[in-house]
Amino acid sequence: MGILEVKGVNKRFGGLQALGNVNLSIAENTVHAIIGPNGAGKSTLLNVLVGKLIPDSGSVMFDGQSVLGRKPHEINQLGISRVFQTPEIFTDLTVLENVMIPCFAKRDGAFRMHAIESVGHEVDIKTQAETMLADVNMLEKSNMHAGSLSRGDKRRLEMAMCLVQEPRLLLLDEPTAGMARADTNNTIDLLKEIKAKRDITMAIIEHDMHVVFSLAERITVLAQGTPLVEDTPDNIKGHPKVKEAYLGEAAH
Amino acid sequence: MLGLNSKDFTLFLVVVVLVIAAPILLNPFPSDSAFAQFNAGYPALMQRFVIFGILVIGFNILFGLTGYLSFGHAAFLGVGSFAAVWMFKLLSYNIVPAVLLSVIVAGLFSVVIGYVSLRRSGIYFSILTLAFAQMMYAIAYSDLLGKFFGGIVTNGETGLQVYNDDPQILMSPGDPTVPHLFGWEMNSSFTWDVGGWSFVFQNGYYLSGILMLASFYLAIRIFRSPFGLMLRAIKSNQNRLAYTGVSSRPYALAAFVISGMYAGLAGGLLAAMDPLTGAERMFWTASGEIVIMSILGGVGTLIGPILGAGVIKYMENIVSTINDNVVHGWFAFMPDGIENILVTVIHPFIGKGWHLTLGLVFMAVVIFLPGGLVEGGQRLGRLFERRKVEEKPPTATTEPAE
Amino acid sequence: MDDIILQILNGLDKGSAYALIALGLTLIFGTLGVVNFAHGALFMVGAFCAVTVQRLLGLSHTIIDESQKDFLGNPLKIEVPYVEGWFGPEMGQALISWSVPLAILFAIPVMIILGFVMERGLIKHFYKRPHADQILVTFGLAIVIGEIIKANFGANPIPTPAPAAFSGSLDFGVWLGFAENAIIYPYWRLVYFLFSMVIIAGVFAFLQFTTFGMVVRAGMADRETVGLLGIDIDKRFTLMFGLAAAVAGVAGVMYTPILSPNYNMGMDFLVLSFVVVVVGGMGSLPGAVLAGFLLGILQSFASMNEVKSLLPGIDQIIIYLVAIFILLTRPRGLMGRKGVMEE
Repeated sequence: MGILEVKGVNKRFGGLQALGNVNLSIAENTVHAIIGPNGAGKSTLLNVLVGKLIPDSGSVMFDGQSVLGRKPHEINQLGISRVFQTPEIFTDLTVLENVMIPCFAKRDGAFRMHAIESVGHEVDIKTQAETMLADVNMLEKSNMHAGSLSRGDKRRLEMAMCLVQEPRLLLLDEPTAGMARADTNNTIDLLKEIKAKRDITMAIIEHDMHVVFSLAERITVLAQGTPLVEDTPDNIKGHPKVKEAYLGEAAH
Repeated sequence: MLGLNSKDFTLFLVVVVLVIAAPILLNPFPSDSAFAQFNAGYPALMQRFVIFGILVIGFNILFGLTGYLSFGHAAFLGVGSFAAVWMFKLLSYNIVPAVLLSVIVAGLFSVVIGYVSLRRSGIYFSILTLAFAQMMYAIAYSDLLGKFFGGIVTNGETGLQVYNDDPQILMSPGDPTVPHLFGWEMNSSFTWDVGGWSFVFQNGYYLSGILMLASFYLAIRIFRSPFGLMLRAIKSNQNRLAYTGVSSRPYALAAFVISGMYAGLAGGLLAAMDPLTGAERMFWTASGEIVIMSILGGVGTLIGPILGAGVIKYMENIVSTINDNVVHGWFAFMPDGIENILVTVIHPFIGKGWHLTLGLVFMAVVIFLPGGLVEGGQRLGRLFERRKVEEKPPTATTEPAE
Repeated sequence: MDDIILQILNGLDKGSAYALIALGLTLIFGTLGVVNFAHGALFMVGAFCAVTVQRLLGLSHTIIDESQKDFLGNPLKIEVPYVEGWFGPEMGQALISWSVPLAILFAIPVMIILGFVMERGLIKHFYKRPHADQILVTFGLAIVIGEIIKANFGANPIPTPAPAAFSGSLDFGVWLGFAENAIIYPYWRLVYFLFSMVIIAGVFAFLQFTTFGMVVRAGMADRETVGLLGIDIDKRFTLMFGLAAAVAGVAGVMYTPILSPNYNMGMDFLVLSFVVVVVGGMGSLPGAVLAGFLLGILQSFASMNEVKSLLPGIDQIIIYLVAIFILLTRPRGLMGRKGVMEE
């Protein structure tokens, strides 16, 4: 029984079958990659996982609870954090404030009228945020404006904002899309580092094979909206069906 | 001190001193000097400084922190005023129930309007608030409620005021017939004549001033609180905030209601200073004026709203009274030809034309100084500091390059 | 039945004005992505172009007419407009009488130049700034334009009559078989409606059938891609702004006989036109036109006595009620596209 169970999910857009009978199980404490050529349904699947799209049929259970139709903040409170293609951070706030917000959210829930207390007096939250920043080597940038960070640091900050909530599942949506090779390698190292330090389940949606094979422990290959195979990276590498899915398209 | 960090506490203390000493500070010119018309230290104007200060401080909690631009905020000021005048009519001239009810009524209105308007964001939110405010203006201006239920509610064009035959059930024979705080009349004052100056200390001004200080203090606490941090996060990135587990709508609604109640307080105080009101307080130009004040002062800053309200109200009351003769007086030392040219050039911007000055100043601020007067002050400060550094001999230790 | 037709007709001219202003607002928003709070001011400037032309044509000099005497027996001084001297009395009188339509010729270049100056001098710098900043700066501009007009023309409304040929009313009901005087419709309002239809059709045809229009439409759909194609979209957008300004301007010129212009009229119309744009759907040209007429007609229905006795004052709030209702039930407006102004 995995922490995230996708069963029999179908989704049509007009005449297009975006997802057809998708079954997927992500086991706890693994790095699970979902790969596939363009148009394979990766984004649609991701949108289903975060409750944004409601499938025509099927179920998505996270730790025994359905995620379908939930609002983003409810998804987060179930224990799912999300990293975006382009880092989504609070660019107008300082780095420290960026990390403190998820700490408050974790402690206080979706809404709490904390209007009189001072942020400066929240020592626990501040310590928690600073420990996290130290963990990703950004402590010395605490007081910088997040908007002025380099792209790599923005990614690092976003990661810290997710991890500080100790999510049970971290969803990564093409975390290296549009990055230069050096940045990509940095991101891979960061993720490896994170994985080494703590027990965490990650689901990576990615089409960059280099990233996938450097990180993943299990891989699901998606083609035309259906899972083709699911296996370990070593077995996927030489799998004929996978070659066909990728090369077959390229041959056209 | 008082739960504020030392910087905020200093700022608060400065504002306290300014409010207390305003009747003296704003009256720098002797009463019979040529410049006496630039004195702003008379009660009617000082009341406006602090009351509109409250209004814009509240508006800044919404617009400055969350970034939601309400174009209908004057509506809450208006309902506050109407509620207060009704209390005067029904109960007595004591301002406590009046001001309390204006805050509560404005709060209720803002819960409803905020709940509906906040379902949209960006320009749609602005238009929704504008539509609600214009609707309320139309209702008040033609007293639709009165026509609907029979009788008078807002009294339309005439405006609402207290008449002798009003019930005023809590009024006992000896009570003052002007708004008062347990007998302490709002419009009575104490005049201190010293040399050529005459300083007026008015009860109403000081009461409004104290409430403004309380509002300011509360605003500082809100700015520095986790709640305030969440509001700033709403302005910065709602998508990330949602995926952080925070529901932004209740936060935005809370900010909207708080700022609506601030506006209600300001409206109640306006009525407490002068117990009459009319629909024009809710007209969209009044809402526009609130926006202008907050931009001019500096959006999202603590002191900006007070500065903005002060500058606009000063211009409205002082620049609008300057006429050509006054300008002739200023340039009298110049040759006639130049004098006349100068007067002709300045003429469109003064007196009745002060709105033109206002529009130009406002545009200039939006274009060149998005942070308002506060940013202007900071830039000047930095310039000054740089000068100072340049004057010093270069120090041996330079910052390591990154 | 005749009441209903009458109200529809009454709504048409107001609806035409809303539609024309909303059309320009939408063009500017769709192409430049700018929320223009100064668009009402452009409408108002157009109206004052008509006032200017009327005053220019009316400029006169005094002559002493020996053939007429006043009651003291002195020769009568009479004012003779210069145009009468130049073109003869009949032609001159006709010119003065027709000053409102003639003002269009004056307004078009003025408005286009004003539009260019606004776009190049101010709005261009606000493309990348937040919408709130665009609203604020154009709001400031609207105040400034209004005040300049006030300084030159005063604060009072200036009556600007329609040509004498159109001063009467059309007994519309007779055509449809109703009793005489059942449906009376002033000629000029009819002219205004037809005029606005011509302008609207012209703008749509321009966008539909010219290359320029095609690029603009493509730009409205996806600005960045068109920019990547190497088309100098900015220059075209400047022209677009001039066009939108001219549409608002001529709408203002022709509206003067219906409503005597004053410096505040721009803002009154702007607030309503924004509501129209939002109801029609931000960025949808047909939506703007449709919503303009719809709301104009709705407003005139709400001002019928039967309705007003039921719900007093509904005529003043109906537009806002409709706007709030539409925004909450159909957030994209009647014909809005997905992805416009949505975070």
